[in-house]
Amino acid sequence: MSAASDTAKIQRPPAPPRGWSRQRIMGWVFVCIWIALGAGLVTYLFSAWNPELFAKYAPSYLSGLRVTLVLVAISIILGAILSVPICYARMSKNRVLNAISYGYVYFFRGTPLLAQTFLIYYGFGSFRPQLEAVGLWGFFREAWYCAVFAFALNTAAYQAEILRGAIESVGKGQWEAASALGLSKLQTLYKVILPQALIVALRPYGNEIILMIKGSAIVAIITVYDLMGETRRAFSRTFDFQTYLWAALLYLSLVETLRHLVDWIERRITRHLHR
Amino acid sequence: MQSVWALLSFGPEGWGDDIAYGVLVTVSLALVTLPLGLLIGFLVALAKQSSEASMRLAGNIYTTIFRGLPELLTLFLVFYGAQIGIQQAVRLVRPEAVVEINSFVAGMIALGVVFSSYASEVFLSAFRAIPRGQYEGGFSVGLSPRQTMRLVILPQLVRIALPGLSNLWLILLKDTALVSAVGLTDIVRQSSIAARVTKHAFMFFGVACLIYLALAIISSFGIHAIERWVGKREAQR
Repeated sequence: MSAASDTAKIQRPPAPPRGWSRQRIMGWVFVCIWIALGAGLVTYLFSAWNPELFAKYAPSYLSGLRVTLVLVAISIILGAILSVPICYARMSKNRVLNAISYGYVYFFRGTPLLAQTFLIYYGFGSFRPQLEAVGLWGFFREAWYCAVFAFALNTAAYQAEILRGAIESVGKGQWEAASALGLSKLQTLYKVILPQALIVALRPYGNEIILMIKGSAIVAIITVYDLMGETRRAFSRTFDFQTYLWAALLYLSLVETLRHLVDWIERRITRHLHR
Repeated sequence: MQSVWALLSFGPEGWGDDIAYGVLVTVSLALVTLPLGLLIGFLVALAKQSSEASMRLAGNIYTTIFRGLPELLTLFLVFYGAQIGIQQAVRLVRPEAVVEINSFVAGMIALGVVFSSYASEVFLSAFRAIPRGQYEGGFSVGLSPRQTMRLVILPQLVRIALPGLSNLWLILLKDTALVSAVGLTDIVRQSSIAARVTKHAFMFFGVACLIYLALAIISSFGIHAIERWVGKREAQR
């Protein structure tokens, strides 16, 4: 046995020499450009390092980061709750429910989040007397609540579509088999359909959270001091470009952490599907 | 109290002409960004499916950075960063020069790099859907690698990538709203000004939303037409 493997080792031809093809040189040129840019960024941040600036703005960056995370978390959770009835209406056979939910989803997916936020924050101000009459003016006066409201409505539309896609990805036979076993519709959904659907939905949900984190930067425009808002404030006071670079590094590490986390969860919950 | 129709008319009293100009800016920005983003995206996808590890690494770094940054931040980085960078460069020659970067160009570059990083992923998955035999077939009838790409691979690639790309086009159309933050007079900017002057904020932002919806609906008609056209060519094969 060992003799056979020895001959195989001896007879194997040498690997062809890997020359410096044009593609390989180009590839290394690009990698070197990235390395140079990274090194340039580090040296710039190092040379522009200003302890006074850092001491003054580091706490506000941290509070901005917290505002961003809280904003995204609340709107994702509210959106998830809201997306269930929308998804139900979207999948129901009732024509009226179907049309309303279709219109809702189409509107919120077809218009920019910025325009929706403006519509709610500035637009609802037009109805101040009416809102005061019902006692909701205190809610719509605050930029923070308006942002949460707009984001929750927006992400609900996207999440409803994710949920619908995931539920429809489970075969019809699963429903039929469950009803043949005498499970009720609700039991089927919880015990049979959702466990399979959520595996499909995990990646889109992760993408949606990442999109919300990136999209939440626009609340800076309506005077909510999230990470982007704090950055804009710091830049407008110091005119120091490194403020934006620090924000970029923070956002990038946030998104990358989340992406790897979703990858890890997906690997973990699909273990039974890999051979 | 002016009536709604007077406010939206095209006369000197109305804001219709201003908003129409905003629509023109939004649409032209999106249309100019599209070819730029598609070109860069295609090149990055080529790098990412290359056999050289260094090429793949360079492409992946590009995608990771520009998919991870918020679009608004990318826009500010381009707008202020380019301004400061060019200013520093110009000051070496003429110390008193003041550089003002065009917000349209800044918007085009920022949206272009974001679009291209997503488009490269769409192109990459389309490349992976084309079997190796197609390349080998091209080589075996004597086509050069470049000819194989142009005559054999690209026509199939476009067909596979089209749904993903049309999705990205709709996202791009919505992302153009962000350029209002750097002072470009697009739909959102014009309706903000109108809202501030007339105090009819809900109506003007509602109109802005409806215009974006209309643009999305028009685009989906266009996309259907392109899909039918591409599909017809496939049927003739």
